[in-house]
Amino acid sequence: MNTILNVSRRDALKLGAGGFALAMTMAPGLRRTAAAATGDAALAPNVFVSIAKDGTVTIMAHRSEMGQGIRTGLPMIVADELEADWSRVKVEQAVGDEKYGVQYTDGSRSVTTNYQRMREFGAATRQMLEQAAAKQWGVDPSEVKAQNHKVVHAASGKSADYGELVEAAAALPVPAPETLKLKDPKDFRYIGKDMPIVDLQDILHGRAQYGIDVRLEGMKYASVERCPVTLGRFASYDASETLKVPGVEKVVEIPPPTKPIMFKPLGGLAVVATNSWAAMEGRRKLKVEWDYGDNVGYDSDVFRKAMETTATQDGSVIRSVGDAAGTIATAPKTMSAMYYNPHFVHAPMEPPAAVANVRDGKCEVWGSCQDAQALKATVAEAIGFDPANVTSHVTLLGGAFGRKSKPDFGAEAAIVSKAIGAPVKVTWMREDDIKHGYYHSTSVQYVKASIDDKGKPTAWFQRSVFPPITSIFTADAMKADSWEYDFGLTDLPYDIPNITLEGGHARAHVRIGWLRSVQNIFHAFAINSFVDEMAVAAKRDPLEFLLDVIGPARHVDLAAQGVSQYFNYDAPIADYPIDTGRLANVVKVVADKAGWGRSVPERSGLGIAAHRAFVTYVAAVAEVAVSKDGKLTIPRIDLAVDAGRVINPDRVKAQMEGAVIYALSAAVFGKITAKEGRIEQSNFDDYEVARISDAPRQINIHLVESDAPPGGVGEPGVPPVAPALANAIFQATGKRLRELPINGQNLKA
Amino acid sequence: MAISLTVNNQAYQVDVAPETPLLWVIRDVIGLTGTKYGCGIAQCGACTVHIDGQATRSCQVALSDVQGKVTTIEGLGGANGDHPVQVAWAAHNVPQCGYCQAGQMMQAAAFLKDKPNPTDDDIDAIMDGNICRCGTYQRIRSAIKAAAEAMR
Repeated sequence: MNTILNVSRRDALKLGAGGFALAMTMAPGLRRTAAAATGDAALAPNVFVSIAKDGTVTIMAHRSEMGQGIRTGLPMIVADELEADWSRVKVEQAVGDEKYGVQYTDGSRSVTTNYQRMREFGAATRQMLEQAAAKQWGVDPSEVKAQNHKVVHAASGKSADYGELVEAAAALPVPAPETLKLKDPKDFRYIGKDMPIVDLQDILHGRAQYGIDVRLEGMKYASVERCPVTLGRFASYDASETLKVPGVEKVVEIPPPTKPIMFKPLGGLAVVATNSWAAMEGRRKLKVEWDYGDNVGYDSDVFRKAMETTATQDGSVIRSVGDAAGTIATAPKTMSAMYYNPHFVHAPMEPPAAVANVRDGKCEVWGSCQDAQALKATVAEAIGFDPANVTSHVTLLGGAFGRKSKPDFGAEAAIVSKAIGAPVKVTWMREDDIKHGYYHSTSVQYVKASIDDKGKPTAWFQRSVFPPITSIFTADAMKADSWEYDFGLTDLPYDIPNITLEGGHARAHVRIGWLRSVQNIFHAFAINSFVDEMAVAAKRDPLEFLLDVIGPARHVDLAAQGVSQYFNYDAPIADYPIDTGRLANVVKVVADKAGWGRSVPERSGLGIAAHRAFVTYVAAVAEVAVSKDGKLTIPRIDLAVDAGRVINPDRVKAQMEGAVIYALSAAVFGKITAKEGRIEQSNFDDYEVARISDAPRQINIHLVESDAPPGGVGEPGVPPVAPALANAIFQATGKRLRELPINGQNLKA
Repeated sequence: MAISLTVNNQAYQVDVAPETPLLWVIRDVIGLTGTKYGCGIAQCGACTVHIDGQATRSCQVALSDVQGKVTTIEGLGGANGDHPVQVAWAAHNVPQCGYCQAGQMMQAAAFLKDKPNPTDDDIDAIMDGNICRCGTYQRIRSAIKAAAEAMR
């Protein structure tokens, strides 16, 4: 299992572009697979595309759908190159299998790393159909053309539906990659057009199936009681009252995990019953003595102070150019600030849920998981099975935001099913989701800078302190792997001659996990807040100052500044450079569209921020109004987005609208705190999230047209929103917010 | 002892503890999974159903307290095709992950009977109990106005 898990995230990240290379090196192998007719599919030149004799095209969706529209977007790419009629395309969800290449759906990489492959799979199939038709008609393949599910020969007027050609096409060799002719983008039929998601009608009628909805014959329902302190374990328990609850059948012990925690279950006691409610009721009646373990002392307030101390001490250098420390030490005008972000938790609307059925030495598992292969590997490890005997199905995900990259809940279901010899569904209660998450790292960012007498920055020093995600993979790791800083710090895109960036170490006391845009959240907050502070100190307009500090259009060369291994979100740096021209452009677009400089009422203000993440460029302008008694309202947020070529513009806009709300939730309300090792929040009453009345009345998304290769979409909308809000609040009130959340801070006049 | 219940005009006899919340009866016992669990404490609205046309959080109603006919998302459109909110939701491509949308639509459908011409303030007030983590709120506002127009 370790090999698969390692490849699925950690090593892929470490290797940087290696994850991309893996996906690409698998592609030719797939293309060389002999055409094979199986079942209804008469033509199946690769594992992603098959065509039945009636012409129905089936496209495998190998990534997980969590609302980003990937079950629609990737098939659109295939269908476009295939010249398929979308109404005759079926999308099928792939099980976890390495033959599809990488399946982890995180890091906003599904389109970035699959765009070319999906085009090739579609084009290869199209060329086989064209060749089959040409052969039948005795003409040269160059004379025929695939058009909307038919191959046509213009000279003779002949045409044949794909269904009529599949058997002949199946007898042909799969074209070699170098012989593929991809479409001219001007001929795209679907790419770049708004398309409804393939699951829309199922969602609207209650037919869509999420992990929590899977039902099997004879299935039991389980609810798991876990130690309130991370990595604690039960010492003893009394289930006698639990077993008296009508419907409760059994209590199953889930063994405590060993370090590193990775994606393993937390351990605990699973109450098994005939329905979910009975399981929850039985769980409430458990009497458990816990051995709390090493993390019982965790206090997030105390920890903040420790991180602040670390932030003022020497750290490990991430990137250094010039002499930032020396410049700041001798500069006439310097400034510094410390920023704080608490933990957040993902809180997707569907809490973690999975169904497992272990019988006859095999296991079948269904879960709302972001990685079907990690689900398979984690389940196999948890029940001691050969992965070959585990089949993993990914359902629709009722939101995920990074939480469901960790399939610990699938392993819980498998352990319980194996113990009771029946299929079982494990559903996390909302309280479990809030109290036992993989939390977004809390962080302290310490920033110093110097400004010359013309108001121009001459040096930037930043130290980033946070308990690392690395800690879930390497027991007790306090030092982040380099990729964690690459989420928005290493690539600081500013035109400043002296830059030093450092990391400070911190021990994790809870499970730390990636959450929508990951460390970009606190890096972008500190960086964009501090630039705004510098603009104010230099008495310059924040927009003009931001553009000046971004500087002339250029590609930032990190290798020349001592960065040997920049992860670049798994994308090759040659194709996806750090392009300050594109960053400046989104700043200009958003400023123009949002009416930067327009007059706003008293105690209102506009704030701006810009950030490159997931190889996409996003700038935000937030408009806020703060009443005299300190109540914040957010009438409007504009985002300008350059994500390269976009596949389904409406879904890109939807992701950005959603990113605004997700970021606003975190910025205004998001706060997970710990006392005595226990998470203090439990549900949406004390872990508040944005509701419709908190949502701006206007969210305007401005997509920049681009033929650059596609960038990420799911996450990059998040990072600039919080600093744009904080900068707007400064304009409205003169109060500088250096920590989040905003809620609870005094904004009164 | 079995308790009778009418859901989407179909009669059911269910044999579970009478204090079992309607939500879990609908999902686990009857097997209609369009109604979702989100919080269990009436904070999120994902479990919203209609009881005699009134929007109700099904996680807060014990089976034994259900008086009246229950309608879930599976029955919202009825025999005459889609309810106007479903049509409007499709036209505005509201759903992202879609998980909360059954509750959103059930809430909106009930509300539009009383407020045929809602303002943004009306919508925000009545829809504030329905959380969407994907952030589809802006499109929900547009879709509700479109559905209202279609229903007038």
